[in-house]
Amino acid sequence: MSTTISRPPARGSRRRRSSTTDRGFNRVFRWIAVGAGATILAVLAAVALFLISEAWPAIMASPEELASGVPRYPEDTSLLGYLGPLVYGTILAAVLALVIAVPVSMGIALFISHYAPRRLSQLLGALVDLLAAIPSVIYGLWGFFTLAPVLTPFWLWLNDNLGWFPFWGGQASPTGRSMATVGIVLAIMILPIITAVSREVFLQTPRLHEEAALALGATRWEVVRTAVLPFGRSGVISASMLGLGRALGETMAVLMILSPGFTYSLDILAAGQHQTIAAYIAADFPESTGLGVNTLIAAGLALFVITLAVNMAARWVVARRKDFSGAN
Amino acid sequence: MAQRIDTKDLNIYYSSFLAVEAVNMTIEPKSVTALIGPSGCGKSTFLRTLNRMHEVIPGARVEGHVEMDGVDLYGPNVDPVAVRKNVGMVFQRPNPFPTMSIRDNVLAGVKLNNKRISKSDADDLVESSLHGANLWNEVKDRLDRPGSGLSGGQQQRLCIARAIAIKPQVLLMDEPCSALDPISTIAIEDLIGELKNDYTIVIVTHNMQQAARVSDRTGFFNIAGTGKPGKLIEMDDTATIFSSPAEKATEDYVSGRFG
Repeated sequence: MSTTISRPPARGSRRRRSSTTDRGFNRVFRWIAVGAGATILAVLAAVALFLISEAWPAIMASPEELASGVPRYPEDTSLLGYLGPLVYGTILAAVLALVIAVPVSMGIALFISHYAPRRLSQLLGALVDLLAAIPSVIYGLWGFFTLAPVLTPFWLWLNDNLGWFPFWGGQASPTGRSMATVGIVLAIMILPIITAVSREVFLQTPRLHEEAALALGATRWEVVRTAVLPFGRSGVISASMLGLGRALGETMAVLMILSPGFTYSLDILAAGQHQTIAAYIAADFPESTGLGVNTLIAAGLALFVITLAVNMAARWVVARRKDFSGAN
Repeated sequence: MAQRIDTKDLNIYYSSFLAVEAVNMTIEPKSVTALIGPSGCGKSTFLRTLNRMHEVIPGARVEGHVEMDGVDLYGPNVDPVAVRKNVGMVFQRPNPFPTMSIRDNVLAGVKLNNKRISKSDADDLVESSLHGANLWNEVKDRLDRPGSGLSGGQQQRLCIARAIAIKPQVLLMDEPCSALDPISTIAIEDLIGELKNDYTIVIVTHNMQQAARVSDRTGFFNIAGTGKPGKLIEMDDTATIFSSPAEKATEDYVSGRFG
């Protein structure tokens, strides 16, 4: 049965042409392409090697050594126990940002690609791209000075009235310098990339599939649901992963807004509960030496592993339904 | 389950460009009407006005009337979505939804508009629709496989099954065999012969033998030149069109002297 299902040839099955057909720029181009591909692998390997070798002393050190060599390191804590809350904070910030940004981005992308009049959609598209051009330090300033004060009354209200909900408990921060505010700023920061990629994917929906849905009596939303969204599914996942990557690694905005802490708390409205790896490294790097630097790099290694794992998980999700992807 | 269609002085525009001019045509129920003519003469454009599919192109509009059993499809209270539920369409290239299984493809139209359908009803409908499209025996063991895994001819029959699953009155076919090999073409033509027992069928085709084989009535469209509107030159019983047409242009076209 599987023989009737045409698949694109697997990457590895492409054979090298005999070298007699290689002439002129063809050969040059091949080396450029191979070189570019190899560079990616080399850079990735170099980064991984650097992280592992530099983190090694911290990984091997005993809790006593760490406590004496690293500033503000708590007594009797293993390296994993020390980095755990940071990993948690990083993932919490990124997930919050993604949960807010993905639905909004898809809404904007669908509006631009399938609902807005052409002129409006071009303007909107340009505006969204402009959002991406704002440096993260500006987002940090804006979040600290403008967004946090604006959101604080709302956070306090949530905390007072819906405090029984796990995320909204604890002592809400009166300054708004909490994970909730960070999540919103990060969401705004990753919005442009997710929107831009999703929009392009939605615009690529084959006209034939949209017409198939229309001819069955589909409304505009049903065309989106039956033809556009299924077609764009893997693209939206890729877009979200790009956004997630940025949210995981974002440093400045988090550093400026968040009041840091080292707990596994769920209370995203409270101050002094969470910290992300990137912001932690940036904050502590200037005053670290020796084992302190090794510890920071161990945290960086953890971030590297998280990002890699997230990307592989996303690829797995996309590949799981390959037969139904529309690529065959 | 079949209705007649009358068009009266139908002009079709793309923005200010008049693409098809003054079509008066009667399409009989439970028959096959073929539309032939050279490329760009407006056959497909005309076909798409019969289920208001041309409206999805920005700037496209019509003047005149398209009446189905006396009801104007372009009346002020008519919802194009309802029109398209009544008038099914099969396209030039097979277009099953690639992300859906064969079964879900057949049910795609039925599940629109939040309609619920019980599993046993759905099973029956899938089986009867696929039977109706002469595809059941080929796919009954793999209803959960993607529709895009089928051959081109099978995909086109899947699209026909999808179209008839919503029980339309009329079935429009826009060159349904142009992307298919001869064997698959024969399968579709046989199917058209069976479908006309239940549906009013309008088929656009570039293949004059096909028009002669499958249709009861044939309309010949022609165009005077680039930029000029297409017109319905002549419409008559298929046998008459291919043996003794009234117009010289029709005779030239069907005998292969031009076009």
